[in-house]
Order: sequence, then structure tokens, then C-alpha cells
Amino acid sequence: MTKQQANWSPYDNNGGSCVAIAGADYCVIAADTRMSTGYNILTREYSKICKLADKCVMASSGFQADVKALQKQLAARHLIYQHQHNKQMSCPAMAQLLSNTLYYKRFFPYYSFNVLGGLDNEGKGCVFTYDAVGSYEKVGYSSQGSGSTLITPFLDNQLKSPSPLLLPAQDAVTPLGEAEAIDLIKTVFASASERDIYTGDKIEIVVVNADGIRREYMELRKD
Amino acid sequence: MDFMASKQPENSLLGPEADSQRTLYPYVTGTSVVALKYKDGILMAADMGGSYGSTLRYKNVERMKAIGKHSLLGASGEISDFQEILRYLDDLILYDNMWDDGNSLGPKEVHNYLTRVMYNRRNKFNPLWNSLVLGGIKNGQKYLGTVSMIGVNFEDDHVATGFGNHLARPILRQEWHENLSFEDGVKLLEKCMRVLLYRDRSAINKLQIAKITEEGMTISQPYSLKTYWEFSAFENPTQGAVGSW
Repeated sequence: MTKQQANWSPYDNNGGSCVAIAGADYCVIAADTRMSTGYNILTREYSKICKLADKCVMASSGFQADVKALQKQLAARHLIYQHQHNKQMSCPAMAQLLSNTLYYKRFFPYYSFNVLGGLDNEGKGCVFTYDAVGSYEKVGYSSQGSGSTLITPFLDNQLKSPSPLLLPAQDAVTPLGEAEAIDLIKTVFASASERDIYTGDKIEIVVVNADGIRREYMELRKD
Repeated sequence: MDFMASKQPENSLLGPEADSQRTLYPYVTGTSVVALKYKDGILMAADMGGSYGSTLRYKNVERMKAIGKHSLLGASGEISDFQEILRYLDDLILYDNMWDDGNSLGPKEVHNYLTRVMYNRRNKFNPLWNSLVLGGIKNGQKYLGTVSMIGVNFEDDHVATGFGNHLARPILRQEWHENLSFEDGVKLLEKCMRVLLYRDRSAINKLQIAKITEEGMTISQPYSLKTYWEFSAFENPTQGAVGSW
């Protein structure tokens, strides 16, 4: 008698796209608010963005239950850090913690595709991009999720980041102003919604700068 | 050598014998649950059928139950797993009451608890085979959420499980609005349940509608929806079709 195969999957893809762009003194993190399963829309108003620390915000797309569990884990670990060190975690520190947390479940991964954005200790914008098992790098901008294949080439073209292979190392942070970066975000999401069925409904845009964190919304196609 | 061998505890899910303990497929199942927010609270509807594969085995299954003072839980999927969840919630509410501190768990808290339970069972590869709808109202705040068997959860103004997602949600998206009256809410739910009755083969024409408001939970007596089968095309189905028997 052969071993029974499971007829259910512990994973599902709830779709959606996330983008983050780092500037000289700000960081913009954005994600759409649609949550889907298969060809159905479950809800049009679900936030994929989570504030992990005062100057550190994460956007994740993928399997929503894993994303939620991951966010809870990081929030709990951040609380412990605050108790032990009497300060907030910096963005680069949180970046390392996220990588370690993801790799911890290397053999039953969090199906979560993350971009981490915020300000580093000098107040400069930073963006970290991840795969599902924790491999990460610091970049000037990044996009993850179902629309990433549509969004990334456009960002490559518009932001013209210098190659990470150049020596001496050049700053990947964009010289664009905050308002222009937000405009660019709105454009990429509007474009991605045209062709990616899992992206749409609304964008939630979070801006982190010296004044703190603020939130903006923009309507997208509902089809 | 005995001291080398590691012994599993009796209730572990590791090892080949334990496979028979894990849920592989559901046996007795309930079909869709549909719920929406209305002016005074939450309205939820579910039929009373318990199917055993393609047989309609049980016709008096209450798939909606009150949880504590503020919440209402509806479930589709495996009925025995729903009963297990009710046991967990009984314990939860009992301990909450035993604190006797004037606080009580609201729908948000119960929904969070259920999400954690469902997700943790999925992590152990032994899921509770249900899709749950949790609605309630506490201190004027209405809440309506849902959790699936793998832990996917969200809240919205209207939710549905199973076939309800395909057939009822589009109707609700078109016709739901803020501050529905009780009568309008019931009419809207009945519209959804009627479509499900016509098109979901596991649905039966015996349903209950439950409402939860600040005053508490009430659940209607089971009743049936009026259906119409007198379309002329049904009277002589093969009339226009060439070559049918």
C-alpha cells in the first residue's frame, strides 16, 4: 500500500505587488491592497504593509497567513530588543533579523516576498529586498510580488541605478525628490494593474522621512 | 542498543504510524456560509445540511453558534472539526469568564485566536478542515472576519465561504451598502442563499439566519426559501433540441 499523498497544499498565493524606492532623505514603500486566491478576489482592502520600527517599514506579498506570522514574529522580536537595548532597532539591524527569521524556516519556508524600507542611522533612505528564504541585499529600489516582472524593468529604466559591480562603489539611492518618487510609484502600479490580474483596487503608499511616517492612498482599476 | 533509540511521545505526529492520524480529506461537510454587516450588527446565513460525499446525510446541522457575549461563528467544511473548534472556544470563553474582571473577549480577539489555531494546525500538516466566519459587535464596533483551513484571514464588510465566494460575493459587492436595515439585510442574504440553492449541489433548502447585535445573538427557526421551477424550458426540455432523447 503506497503512502497517501496529501490532497491539500499548505501554501496559497494571495497575490499583489510591493515596491520600495530609497531617496537621499526619505524612503517610499508601496503595495496594492488586493487579496486574491486563484481567480477570486477575497477582499479589496487588505494592507500588505507593516511598520516594524519607527524608521523601518516592510511590505510583503505572497501567502498571507505566512506574511502575518512573519510580521508577528518580527514585532515580538523587536519588542524584546527594545526591552534589552532601550532603543528602537535600526533599519539595517531589522534587515538582518528578517533574513535570519526567513532562513530559520529554510525547510518549510515562509512563502513571503518582502521589501524592507526605511532610514538608516544617518537618516538616508535604504531598501532591502528578499527572497522567500532570506537571501537579501541592500538596493536603491526594489519590487516583489505578482507584478514585479512588470514593474522592475520600468524602475530600472527610470531610476537608472548604477551597477553594484562598479568600483569605487556608487550610491544606489535615487537623486529624485520625494514627490517625484511617489509619482513614479503611482505610475508603475497603474501600469501593472493593466496587465497583472492580481494587482489592483488601491495602492497604499507609506513615506518614511525625518518628520516621521505618513500614509497616502490611490485608487486603481477594480477589474 | 536501546539507549541510542529515541522514543517518540505517544501523541507525536512523526513517524510512519502517525500518518493515519492526520486529516487527509473531509468526511461530513457543510457548504457555504454568507455574512454581512448591517446597521445594528452582523447577519449570517447557513443552511442546515451535512453531506457525506455526494449523499445528503444530515439535514439538521446547526452550522452557526454564539461564542461568548459578542461573537457568532459560522463554519463550512468538516463538521467534526467544527465541533472540535467549538470545544476549544468553550475553554477559551470559560477561562475568560473565570477572570471575572468585567472584561470579555470580543469578536476581534476570538478571530485572532481562531486564526492562530488554524495556522498552527496547518504548520503541523494536520489541518482543521474548515472555513470559518466570525462576526460580532462590541462597544458599538462591528467586526466581520474569516479564516480558512490554512490560516488565510481577513475582515471585510461581507464575507462568504466555499461556493459563496463565487456566487454570493459578487451580489454583495453590487448591492451591499453601509447601514442596511435588518429587513434589507435579510433580503440580501436570502437573495444570495437562493442563488446558492439553485447552483450549489450540496446546498439544501433549509436554512437559518442568525443576527448578532449589542443585545445579543438570535438565530431564526429553520425555514425554506421560495423557489421557481415553472420555466417553460424545464417542462419539455428536449423540445427544441434536435437529436436528444
